[in-house]
Amino acid sequence: MNPTPAVRKERSMELQKAMMGEHFKNLARAKDLGKKVVYTFVPGNLNELIWTFGMLPVHPEVNALQIGLRKKSGDYILEAEKHGHSEDVCAYVKCDLGMLKRGNIGPTGEKLPEPDLLLLSYTGCFTFMKWFELLREEYRCPIVMLHVPYQGDGRITPDMTAYVARQISEKVLPLMEKISGRAYDPDALREHLASSARAERDLVAVWESARNRPSPIDAYFGGVYYVGPVFSAFRGLPACEVFYETLRQEVEERVRNHEGPITPEGPLKEERFRLIVEGPPCWPNFRDLWKMFYEEGAVAVSSSYTKVGGLYDAGFRHDPDRPLESLADYCMGCYTNLNLPSRIQYLERCLREYDADGFLINSIKSCNSFSAGQLLILQELEKRTGKPGGFIESDLVDPRYFSAANIKNRLESYFQMIKAKRSA
Amino acid sequence: MELNDIVRRCEDLYHDLDLTSVKEWKRRTGGKAVGFLPIYVPRETVHAAGALPVGIMGAGDDLEIIRGDAFYQSYICHIPRSTVELGLSGRLDCLDGFLFPAICDVIRNLSGMWKILFPDKYVRYLDVPQNFDERLGGVFYRQELAALFQDLCALTGRPASDEALRRSIEAYNENRRAIAELYRLRAEEPHRVPTYEHYLLMRASNVLEVTEHTALVDAYLAAARRENRPWRDNIRVILTGVFCEQPPLGLIRALEQSGCSIVDDDWVLGARYLREPVAAEGDPLDALVTSYLRRGTPTATRYIDEDAKGEDLIRRVRTLRAEGVIFASPSFCDPALLEAPMLQRALGAEKIPYTAFKFSENSGQLQVIKEQTGAFADSIKLWGAA
Ligand code: SF4
Ligand code: SF4
Repeated sequence: MNPTPAVRKERSMELQKAMMGEHFKNLARAKDLGKKVVYTFVPGNLNELIWTFGMLPVHPEVNALQIGLRKKSGDYILEAEKHGHSEDVCAYVKCDLGMLKRGNIGPTGEKLPEPDLLLLSYTGCFTFMKWFELLREEYRCPIVMLHVPYQGDGRITPDMTAYVARQISEKVLPLMEKISGRAYDPDALREHLASSARAERDLVAVWESARNRPSPIDAYFGGVYYVGPVFSAFRGLPACEVFYETLRQEVEERVRNHEGPITPEGPLKEERFRLIVEGPPCWPNFRDLWKMFYEEGAVAVSSSYTKVGGLYDAGFRHDPDRPLESLADYCMGCYTNLNLPSRIQYLERCLREYDADGFLINSIKSCNSFSAGQLLILQELEKRTGKPGGFIESDLVDPRYFSAANIKNRLESYFQMIKAKRSA
Repeated sequence: MELNDIVRRCEDLYHDLDLTSVKEWKRRTGGKAVGFLPIYVPRETVHAAGALPVGIMGAGDDLEIIRGDAFYQSYICHIPRSTVELGLSGRLDCLDGFLFPAICDVIRNLSGMWKILFPDKYVRYLDVPQNFDERLGGVFYRQELAALFQDLCALTGRPASDEALRRSIEAYNENRRAIAELYRLRAEEPHRVPTYEHYLLMRASNVLEVTEHTALVDAYLAAARRENRPWRDNIRVILTGVFCEQPPLGLIRALEQSGCSIVDDDWVLGARYLREPVAAEGDPLDALVTSYLRRGTPTATRYIDEDAKGEDLIRRVRTLRAEGVIFASPSFCDPALLEAPMLQRALGAEKIPYTAFKFSENSGQLQVIKEQTGAFADSIKLWGAA
């Protein structure tokens, strides 16, 4: 059996690895360091605020995905099912609960600290609520609900912003003050927000580099690494800015050299298909799926999954001049908080802006938030753009739903379809 | 009205997927009709705008799904596909608008699908607050309701009048009173109110104008009290999990036949979501908001920040002297299926027996479930615990 090929390490990746390593080390020692720990979700996370109070954030989905990447999620899911959870429900939740039942050893092999606060930001997914209700039963710690309205009409109204901002100021801040023992420092928050905005600007430059031919990045398989720091614990910190500056420079250099993206087997030689990808990846088989792409010369020039933690390419930036309001708008602007027509518009825009040959939907069994409606997205996008759409099915972390042969077949016929369209 | 006539009328309404009763109402009154999905919408606002609120709860096993399946992957529950089927087959054409309350990601996304599939219809996603503080969630919800009421009045061409809202609140309070009596009678003397009839009466609330439904429930109550029906040696159970996708009628019948008398449930929950009358004086939108915040029913899709999980269920078990709980969850329903283990743990701690199964609105294989609930009933009868 061939060992899994290692991803060619660039400086940005080394930086990210070091940041993650240190963060998990800090988490493992949180109690000794006297640090309070806040569990919260990636979409709509209030990282800047958590850092303002000197607390440490934990994102359960990030743990679940890391565990998926390390192929341990299957066991944890079975563990949760042994404890009465249905096969039918979101496997991210089960992976997390299974991990907890097995001693809460995090992805780096170190024990995760228990939360001092569950910050239930209700952005873009209803299952989040059940997830934290389940965690509350386990930890019996304080919990605060931040209800984030959905963009049912495809826009954020001033009333919606005011509602979320007031919840932050009247519910979240006082509780954070109490738990951290620190008074709220609006200047510190402004600094974190300004730092976020700088990192976001560089990230957008990275996304937009995919307009080049060849694209220097893969905005799905590579993209999930690129969003690591800004989606997880680091947004608002100087290290995050350094990461995105470095990444941007690397990418710009590749543009200058007319180089394609780096794959686990080195730089992509030839860009044959430019795709937009909708839907999350399947972590336990991430490399297998990626290989099916790069072997065919297929590059994702944009993707929606890399926007679940913020639609920066659509213009959003954290804004130190409107601190709480911009946090509120951030929560409401994450990709899965957009209604279906807005999601379609967004993907359509990506198809045109990045001059893609087509789009591919990876439909995830776990995730109703993404998946319910994707077949209509497929029909509509094809109708509106005339570009071919592909459709595969898998799961985020449940390896039982990945059928390599089936997916490969589908992808092959999809690539054939694009070719046929080109020569028509 | 005779009992049989009432039940037959409800059966007709249940099977009337073409909504002929709604079309007749529109013809008779010249009013508009506005559909809504589970669980809860403030029907008072629709009614006060002069429209008929019409609850759509899928199509049970009455409809062959042809187009709906093309919109949903196999691992998504059934109700959205039958709803799309109803829409695309023209059966919902008589609805001038459609409301999609915040309940789960599937219904949330369906609201956007509806906008695309039916661009000429009024479609509104109704965000209900998960923050129950008057000054926060209350303010937000009032804004939502005011906008909704304005929209509905624009649709019907009626002025947005507080007085009309108050009258509608009163009409729905009357309906809540009648429904509460129906539940009370069934809990006290289950043999008088067979589950099948109870369910059909509740389903009728989805399509009948509210005063007509209240009259029907009152007539049923009077008839059921008169009727001599044999007492049944069934166990008393609470059914939970059926707040959205509904079990097929056959399954509802099978539960009772297997020896379980349902003394409380959460089907057609929207009709009794507010547990007490809404204030009919003062600002009517404020009254609806307060009722939602303070007197809404704890259910899987409502965030409960103060009570412990399961507290409400246990309270109802005790008050209604239920001997067990049946968890019936729609397949692939995250809210119901993720809620169940928490409630089951709470029941376990109180030594309250329960059993659980999954269904879909068009489940055909009822025998296995019937055997399971039958065994559950037997074990309770024999040993007092499952
Ligand atoms: S349903 Fe989707 S968004 Fe929600 S927790 Fe599961 S994977 Fe995440
Ligand atoms: S059955 Fe459950 S998952 Fe399906 S639409 Fe209803 S609440 Fe949502």
